[in-house]
Amino acid sequence: MTPVLETIDLSRRFGGLTATDHVSFSLERGARHALIGPNGAGKTTFINLLTGALRPSGGQIRLAGEDVTRLAPDRRVKRGLSRTFQINQLFPEMTPLQALALAAAEARGTGAAWFSSIAADEPALARAAELLDRFGLAEFMDEPTSRLPYGRQRLLEIALSLAGHPEVLLLDEPAAGVPEEERADILKIVAALPEEVTILLIEHDMDLVFSFAERITVMVNGAIFAAGTPAEIEADRRVREVYLGEGGDE
Amino acid sequence: MSGEAKPSTLEAARASLMRSAALKPFEYLVWLPLPLLIFLFPSKAFLLNEIAILALFAVSLDLILGFAGIVSLGHAAFFGAGAYTAGILAANGFGAPLLGLAAGGAAAALLGFATSFFILRGSDLTRLMITLGLQLILLELANRFSGLTGGTDGLYGMTVDPIAGLFSFDLTGQTAWFYSLTVLFAAFLFARRLVHSPFGRSLKAVKGNRRRAAFLGIDTNRRLVAIYTVSAGLAGLAGVLLAQTTQFVSLDVLDFHRSAEVLLVLVIGGTGYLYGGIFGAVIFKLMQDWLSGMTPQYWQFWIGLLLVAIVLVGRERMTGGLGRLAAFLPGRPARRAAKAPAAGGEDAP
Repeated sequence: MTPVLETIDLSRRFGGLTATDHVSFSLERGARHALIGPNGAGKTTFINLLTGALRPSGGQIRLAGEDVTRLAPDRRVKRGLSRTFQINQLFPEMTPLQALALAAAEARGTGAAWFSSIAADEPALARAAELLDRFGLAEFMDEPTSRLPYGRQRLLEIALSLAGHPEVLLLDEPAAGVPEEERADILKIVAALPEEVTILLIEHDMDLVFSFAERITVMVNGAIFAAGTPAEIEADRRVREVYLGEGGDE
Repeated sequence: MSGEAKPSTLEAARASLMRSAALKPFEYLVWLPLPLLIFLFPSKAFLLNEIAILALFAVSLDLILGFAGIVSLGHAAFFGAGAYTAGILAANGFGAPLLGLAAGGAAAALLGFATSFFILRGSDLTRLMITLGLQLILLELANRFSGLTGGTDGLYGMTVDPIAGLFSFDLTGQTAWFYSLTVLFAAFLFARRLVHSPFGRSLKAVKGNRRRAAFLGIDTNRRLVAIYTVSAGLAGLAGVLLAQTTQFVSLDVLDFHRSAEVLLVLVIGGTGYLYGGIFGAVIFKLMQDWLSGMTPQYWQFWIGLLLVAIVLVGRERMTGGLGRLAAFLPGRPARRAAKAPAAGGEDAP
């Protein structure tokens, strides 16, 4: 079967620094895959290449078998590749309801309509309401996003990326910065993400990684260092040395 | 992924979205009395006409500034394009007002479309410089091709026909006022519908976080090109109105001060809710009229002082202060009074 997302020899250099070093990586449909690595290993650069936020210096990116290496981010989203951000990228003045309804309308292709009302767009409205319920945001639907508690903003970040029924979702450190007492909500949401969505998780939280992932890829210095099941990765002495070992925070 | 929303959430969501687009009471309070002003101040028809034109111009700028986050110091380029198009038509025997409106609006929109590609990238500062530069280019072109535009002498010899063959532009200025008000109203309805559409909301998303907007699948460049074109077209209509109601066009329509003035109007009235252009235009023109009556030479001193005060103190705090004052009046809950005005100027500079 064709991998749903695949990179071939993908590279990105910043001046003398090679942030992504000939990475060939593939993601099977429906996978629960985690990408880990020490700080500065190039995980975020890799995600930015996958989503089109950055242009690669070389190599190819294929989405469902088609070359998307040169496509703009919004085109890739339209083809089913969605992402969340390590640092929330939200719309501070909009309410969660407005943002979700817009995201849902956009995915349906009604987001550019000039003279219709978004309140009359039943499917978009239903999708927004469903996500508000599922993510525990219903009671905050009319609050400007900037006034939501941080944990709720984090949930909205994920909800927005799901609004368009993506095929592949890249979760960039979903639990980053979330206070301990709200962490459980995030873990629960991540665990309950729809099965048919292929997920690549980039995370530092090892509890989350090992409870979630069926496969783990370890990245070091921009290159793939090791890959395998959680048990294999845990048993790999080299991985323990560079990453999992004590003081492995780099 | 086939979860279903609770009916209560769905209903609340629908109601909330409908509410935010619904006509609010203050909107009736703005529009209903407007046509009557002429009967209250019959001698002020020309001032009222200027207010309507400036309001339309400001609303057009608000569409890009308040909704899409594009700053411009050269919006007069489109105002001028509209004015000259209508002026040249009327000076050459095509004096039908509606024809002038259509042609002037279209010419300005076309110019907006063609120049929109320059404002897609870059910071606010680059956009300020580029818009300012394009306007200067246009000004010098109008100056250079004086055979067509009249150059520094201005464009004389415009003959504007009666509207629909019935209402001629008279010396009292009444026809002009009703004409401009009607065009302002129609353009405003159009703009209002637009900003509450999914398209309009997506603009706010682009303004709020362009990066994330792209990751919702929004083609941000196309949206910005579209709104810039619309905004330019409406600015062109304002220019047409000035040309037709004064039956004269000079290089002044492309001057820098006109771009600065309309920005000032939005600073006074607030951006991002459309009515800021109208409120700002009323306040600005009334102050200009009143101050220039008192001190013909130095009225800009007071406008300048107001501008500095608004930017330093912030409109929210000024209106908030008014709200706190109002709280001392009997029978008015303090919090509501303080909150109401702030709802208007959500993007106070």
